[in-house]
Amino acid sequence: MSKIEVTPGMFSQVELKPSFKTAITMAVASLVVLFGLGIFGKSGDVAFVWSDTREALQLPHWVVNSISFCTSVGVILLAISVISFLYTRANKKTPMWLVIIFGLLAIMALLGWLATGASQGVQMVFILSNTLVLAIPLILGGMAGIMSERVGVVNIAIEGQLLTGAFVSSVVGTMTHNLYLGMITAMIASGILSMVLASLAIKYLVDQIIIGVLLNVLVIGITNFLHSVWLNNDSSHLNFPGTFDRIAIPLLSDIPVLGQVLFNNRITVYLMFLIVPALWYVLFKTKLGLRARAVGEHPLAADTVGINVGRTRFWWVTLGGMVAGLGGAALTIGNVGSFGREMSGGQGFIALAVVILGRWQPIYVTLSALLFGFTIVLRVWANQVSPGVPFDIITMVPYLVTLVAVAGFAGKVRAPAASGQPYTKE
Amino acid sequence: MSKKKDVVVPSESKAQDVLREIMSGDPVRIALSILLGFFIGAIFMVVFNTQVVSAWSNFGSDPGLAFSSVWWTIQDGYGALFSGSVYDTNASNFLDGIHPLTETLRFAAPLIMAGLGVALTFRVGLFNIGATGQIMMGLAGATFVSTRLHMPAVIHMIVAVIAAVAAAALWGVIVGVLKSRTGAHEVIVTIMLNYVATALFTFFLRQPGLLLEANGGGTPKSDHPDGTAMLGSLLGPNYNLHFGLVLAVIAVVVYWWLMERSTFGFRFRMVGHNASAARAAGIKVENTFVWALALSAAFAGLAAANQGLSLDGGLTTSIEAGIGFDAITVALLGGSRAGGVVMAGLLFGAFQAGSASMQVSGVSPEVLGVVKALIVLFIAAPPIIRAFYRLPKPQPKVLEVTKQTAKVSK
Repeated sequence: MSKIEVTPGMFSQVELKPSFKTAITMAVASLVVLFGLGIFGKSGDVAFVWSDTREALQLPHWVVNSISFCTSVGVILLAISVISFLYTRANKKTPMWLVIIFGLLAIMALLGWLATGASQGVQMVFILSNTLVLAIPLILGGMAGIMSERVGVVNIAIEGQLLTGAFVSSVVGTMTHNLYLGMITAMIASGILSMVLASLAIKYLVDQIIIGVLLNVLVIGITNFLHSVWLNNDSSHLNFPGTFDRIAIPLLSDIPVLGQVLFNNRITVYLMFLIVPALWYVLFKTKLGLRARAVGEHPLAADTVGINVGRTRFWWVTLGGMVAGLGGAALTIGNVGSFGREMSGGQGFIALAVVILGRWQPIYVTLSALLFGFTIVLRVWANQVSPGVPFDIITMVPYLVTLVAVAGFAGKVRAPAASGQPYTKE
Repeated sequence: MSKKKDVVVPSESKAQDVLREIMSGDPVRIALSILLGFFIGAIFMVVFNTQVVSAWSNFGSDPGLAFSSVWWTIQDGYGALFSGSVYDTNASNFLDGIHPLTETLRFAAPLIMAGLGVALTFRVGLFNIGATGQIMMGLAGATFVSTRLHMPAVIHMIVAVIAAVAAAALWGVIVGVLKSRTGAHEVIVTIMLNYVATALFTFFLRQPGLLLEANGGGTPKSDHPDGTAMLGSLLGPNYNLHFGLVLAVIAVVVYWWLMERSTFGFRFRMVGHNASAARAAGIKVENTFVWALALSAAFAGLAAANQGLSLDGGLTTSIEAGIGFDAITVALLGGSRAGGVVMAGLLFGAFQAGSASMQVSGVSPEVLGVVKALIVLFIAAPPIIRAFYRLPKPQPKVLEVTKQTAKVSK
């Protein structure tokens, strides 16, 4: 029996032919690195610091000349762009791993260029571990986005779900002195919020985007109100949960660089490590996932073969909301330690962008979220190592990358065909 | 051909009916929504009021106090809202008494202007969340003219307003072009552009050559706008009301004429009702999107001018004050019609004006955020309010649409 994979775009009317846009975008970026950061870059040395001072095993610093480093990276990037051109010429898509390697190399060049001449060098552990922690709400919010959009419900309410999770986990965590209970109630509260979204969108056919925006406004309103009249009155008994303890995984956390970054974290990070591959597996390797995607791509066909479209959508959206609630908990008890007014600060909207940038695929979405997390770190770090850099411009980069992606300049981005469309039996 | 199909707004089905139902703006349903919103807001005020809670915990000894504390809390809160936004009952004379009303008008003006912008795109079937970014760019334009160029009075102001409108409209065109040329969804594009615009405006504010104040340091802040560029006071020095209100009135009249009387607006509405039918009738749907987003952004630019040219002091990004986001709720509440947007803007303006006096009377004005969200949620989701008041389900109005399409095909 031959296996047919349902992909977004399978039912779209646009013919699938790879375009040169990816290759061209890459070529332009590599020229920027080669000339901007390399040949006409900053003269001086740059030190890549691989080990944190806390680590047992200290790796030696890696000191290179900035111009020669960036120039050689630029040359490699140019070579990758050429490979991408060849792929497209042969009517094949540029493989994603090549794009990822390209991105990582470009980031290394940028870091090197920024830290040229700075005494502290490029602190890899600091940068990577903060990137990961800051990306957790984005990743989990992105998973929520995938879970609802894959079944055909646009979820603009991720912001509200994150904020609900952050608020509830902090308050319940403080009142019960049990952070795990706080985390679970956060997931339940966000799940309930998503049920409102799901039932209004699925049963009552209210416009999904409008309802999502309004749920955000509602959650912002309620949490602001409760924060001002309730939490502020007695914050030590209501809004002072502390954070989860870091759990260092034996042996794994002793690996140089990656051990500290990946395996010495709070439980929210480890849960993310479980959720992302699990979602990928369920979506693409199980019958359950196939049904879910069928509902999102072609609800009529799914209904015809006996899948309950409304019920499938309802539960996927609700589960997605619970994952976003966990993301919200990661904001408070997984990182900062208390709830602040409107503390999600638009991260739910960034999660939306991340979903598109990652093409509705859990692994790619995670990588895109890490890109956004990285820019948040970069903004702070770049200001320390090279103060003259216009970091407002750096702030813009991920948004511009997303714009480029949705506009279809960097390969095809195709939403699940029925995303945003209500389904009713005729 | 296949590519073009991709660009068209896909949902021509029930979702459109719902949008139409929201826009049809049945006044009874709106009134009931507002009532229910205030009612639930009152519950929030009461439940989280420490005096009420302590009065109820002594219910056994003094039940009368428990009930009266509920009543007084609500009266204090909404009473303060009224005297802070409509008429100050403690004022010694009438002219002082209506001071709150002028404040409401002052706060309402930018909300109405930006709300009209969002409303315009709703009528074309687009969901534009980009007012924030458009206001940011408008602010950049207005601030550049008002702090860097020097002109005689009045003219300077007019040029600054035009700069705000033009800068915002250009930002809107980007959305329109991306939408119509590549099929990118306007919701995502506008959200991204909001962040880009905010970062860009901050960047401009940091550049000594562009907007940074003279002798400015690391904080992104502009100079004081020239006095010649400021929107003049309308009612003299005793009131804060300024020329921005006149801009808002002009905007409302222009919007009404544009949408209800001009062929341009007719095209907009046609595309909003049914993009495929509009295309069949020979309307260039893609171009209509670009025009609609540009004009929508122009209204946001007026709001930017109102913000940028009214405050005596250097500007930062905080001058946007969430107007771009509130504009969405204003447009939804106002049913995207000129009159409705005015009423919605006035209501939200009153909320803003009344916040201060609520704070003084000891009731957190944050409750208004809840009321605001609930009202609009009830209006945008008719099933909730129908279920609550057990109203009958309306019949879909199919005839109206076919009539309009028939008119065009003639």
